[in-house]
Amino acid sequence: MIDVLRLTAEGAKQLLDAREISGAELFAAYAERDDDLHAFLYRCDDPGGDGIPIALKDVIGTKGVPTTAGSKILESYVPVYDSTVAANCKRHGLRLLGKTNTDEFAMGSSTENSAFGPSRNPWDPSRVPGGSGGGSAAAVSGGLAPWALGSDTGGSIKQPSALCGNVGLRPTYGTVSRFGVVAFASSLDQVGPVAKNVRDCAFLYSIIAGRDANDTTTVEVPEVELPAAQDLKGMRIGVPREMNEAEGIEPGVSAAVRKTIELAESLGAEVGECSLPRSVDYGVACYYLVAPAEASSNLARYDGARYGLRSDGDDFREMVMATRHDGLGDEPKRRIMIGTYALSSGYYDAYYGKAQRVRTMIRREHAEVFEKFDLIVSPTSPTVAFAIGEKAGNPLAMYLNDLLTIPSCMAGLPGLNIPCGLSEGLPVGLQLIGPQFAENTLFRAGHALEQALAFDVVPERLR
Amino acid sequence: MSNTAWEAVIGLEIHVQLKTETKMFCRCRNGFGGGPNTQTCPVCLAFPGALPVPNRRAIEETIKLGLALDCAIAERAVFHRKNYFYPDNPKAYQISQYDEPLCSNGRLAVPTADGGVTIGITRAHLEEDAAKNVHVAASGRLHGATATLVDFNRCGTPLVEIVTEPDLHDADTAKRFLQLLRQTVVELDLSDAELEKGSMRFDVNVSVRPAGSVELRTRTELKNMNSFNFAAKGIEREIARQIGIYEAGGEVQQETLHFVPGEEDSPPIRSKEEAQDYRYFPEPDLVPVHPPAALVERLRAEIGELPGARIGRIADTLSFYDADVLVTGGLDRLWSALVDAGADAKEAANVLSNQFVAAGVDPGTVNAAELAKLVAARAEIPRAAFDEALSKAGDAGFAAAPYLEQKLVADAGELDPVIERIIAASPGQAEQFRSGKEGLLGFFVGQVMKETGGKADPRIVNERVRAKLSGT
Repeated sequence: MIDVLRLTAEGAKQLLDAREISGAELFAAYAERDDDLHAFLYRCDDPGGDGIPIALKDVIGTKGVPTTAGSKILESYVPVYDSTVAANCKRHGLRLLGKTNTDEFAMGSSTENSAFGPSRNPWDPSRVPGGSGGGSAAAVSGGLAPWALGSDTGGSIKQPSALCGNVGLRPTYGTVSRFGVVAFASSLDQVGPVAKNVRDCAFLYSIIAGRDANDTTTVEVPEVELPAAQDLKGMRIGVPREMNEAEGIEPGVSAAVRKTIELAESLGAEVGECSLPRSVDYGVACYYLVAPAEASSNLARYDGARYGLRSDGDDFREMVMATRHDGLGDEPKRRIMIGTYALSSGYYDAYYGKAQRVRTMIRREHAEVFEKFDLIVSPTSPTVAFAIGEKAGNPLAMYLNDLLTIPSCMAGLPGLNIPCGLSEGLPVGLQLIGPQFAENTLFRAGHALEQALAFDVVPERLR
Repeated sequence: MSNTAWEAVIGLEIHVQLKTETKMFCRCRNGFGGGPNTQTCPVCLAFPGALPVPNRRAIEETIKLGLALDCAIAERAVFHRKNYFYPDNPKAYQISQYDEPLCSNGRLAVPTADGGVTIGITRAHLEEDAAKNVHVAASGRLHGATATLVDFNRCGTPLVEIVTEPDLHDADTAKRFLQLLRQTVVELDLSDAELEKGSMRFDVNVSVRPAGSVELRTRTELKNMNSFNFAAKGIEREIARQIGIYEAGGEVQQETLHFVPGEEDSPPIRSKEEAQDYRYFPEPDLVPVHPPAALVERLRAEIGELPGARIGRIADTLSFYDADVLVTGGLDRLWSALVDAGADAKEAANVLSNQFVAAGVDPGTVNAAELAKLVAARAEIPRAAFDEALSKAGDAGFAAAPYLEQKLVADAGELDPVIERIIAASPGQAEQFRSGKEGLLGFFVGQVMKETGGKADPRIVNERVRAKLSGT
């Protein structure tokens, strides 16, 4: 009997290596499980082999397997080529379980913006799993996949992991290829792993990271070390005041995070207060200029001419307008309008240009903090999982849910979410943020805390 | 254009397709050949997730052209996105350059009959070409087209855009500038720069102002003129039109004049183009380009003597006109070789720019020493034999000897008996000539040439016929 709710990828590999289970049995254990969480948009047949199964967020291009990005405009799109990350997974023998749900073009914090309906939180199906990568997070915590890949632009890996109680890494910008991944905001998008524990997360990161000739923004990556240490001796951990005392952080979330910080101290870490005032004050505003501006350009290729949905029109212009009217949902349209405005002549300097300067300032502010600390910590999300529909009518409230994840994304820095406790019976996520290329530090700290916390990643209602 | 009360102000924008092996941002084959949409991939078709990877060679060639145009080479250059929807633009943005181009602030000296002018080069930047829209209609014209097909083979071809300062003031210099630029690009081996194929294209901005004024008045843009002569003609006409408008008390409207290829003599189609907002921003999928100083110096060292300099040098020996024709025609290196092999400079220039061009032989394939022998003996070889020799001058193993053997008969002793016989056969015409009908000389000369099968030297025949008729 395979315990899909608890089995880690590392554990699965041991079972396979010891020939206690077959590859087919392992795949079937996940594939035959009912997807009542709507974690998947598409489930695959077993391609054969003995590798560990994996789920990929549906923005990740997979040759011959539909890749919709959660949008009606790509409902009929089947890529003719593999993204680099999908190819890397294949090369390591990982077998594709299916494509997971996402907010349309990864724009959202709940999966409610998916054109194909929301996913549900494994801890409480009336609540959202977070977003945009809610499908991957729900699949991992709901026993539908041992691990998965997500993509993160302003928090789309870390926040769903926080809300579903698992481990998610947003890697340093430039460490993981974006080639073949449906673009949202090119200067922010990063693919990253979602897993049941930190070691799995680190191992999956080692599979996907590295320079790719097809993505010139990628760089060579330090060798990934699988964490084993139980302590935090010598680790300097900063606690940014603004990110831990921000308005809107639920008391239960604060309490769980505070307790974890005390735990870190008891494991030998040197904990000190620090400050990122401007990053927190301006991060969200800056993000909602830069990301929509790039998105307005990235999404312009969906014109109905070459692939995907095409609606009728009397001429090219009419056809494009009808296709985009019918094929794109409200959130992409909203961001295309914001972004187009921000890039328009006469407004560029005031909006996009200014936002880029603020971004430089955010980067510097973080760099200064990392002169004194090895990593910084805060809640990942100010709240636990909220009810489906609760914020759907209020885009601004939804945007503010990313208040704490956005600043480090703007700075291109790596961030790791680990579950650190429960509030009202729902998981609370702690984010650890490091300087560029400090993934190994995050894994080491995350692993030590995970061991000490002994958080049970299986949702209470499924135990 | 001789209205001295007005001065024209002309600026040029030239696009040159680079003939790299592969495209600008993907490794699809670059160039003609292959059926429609066979040289395409997810990148140049703008499939979801595709990313651009710049062509190093294209960047180097752009820098090289920039150096040839005396430009400053940027230490940091940036690609920008130029956003607009059009069927030939699959990403709905063109990757181009905006405020940080690879090359800027250059100049090209254009030799002219009275010394030369220097035209400022505002910038030369690298971008990607669009796909080709094929409008399907019986007439082949946009009007009345029932459908538009798109061939993406051209999409992503490396394209250099060169923008001049508004330093040109007449159509002829504009034409000379374009010809010289073309020759420069061809010699640097960067592009075929063929106007008919569209591998070199240009737009012209024209305005006029009262002579002596420094203001810049409303300009019009001339597009789609695919020959240098049509460009010159189009510019001249546009200058005259604008002067006419101002002299009649009117105002020139800002508009674009589209010439229809093949119908350049008809009035162009006018359109008022709304100012498009291209929403330029730095391409986030690419990092800035930092050309290393060592690379720039290596490229600089690869550039030989440029055509503009050679025109100036050759004009010291020949006339400016001859020098210009030789250099912009790609003939001056052969000319130099002919002169080195002993040919007369002027004679060699005449042969090259007339009969040789007509023969259509690639000057690079010619054995100059052999051709020089022919040029030296040109006056003594029958015209037909000389033309035949030129048409074979590029063949392997070409030798002048067989043609030199066909020398013209110039010996009076050999020609006189023939001439005497012909005069004797037409006593009436001989009498008329003697009584003043000079035109009849040709009648006799023609018969002698015919009789000798064209091998008689016409100068000597003329001389002897006249002497015999006059009885001396």
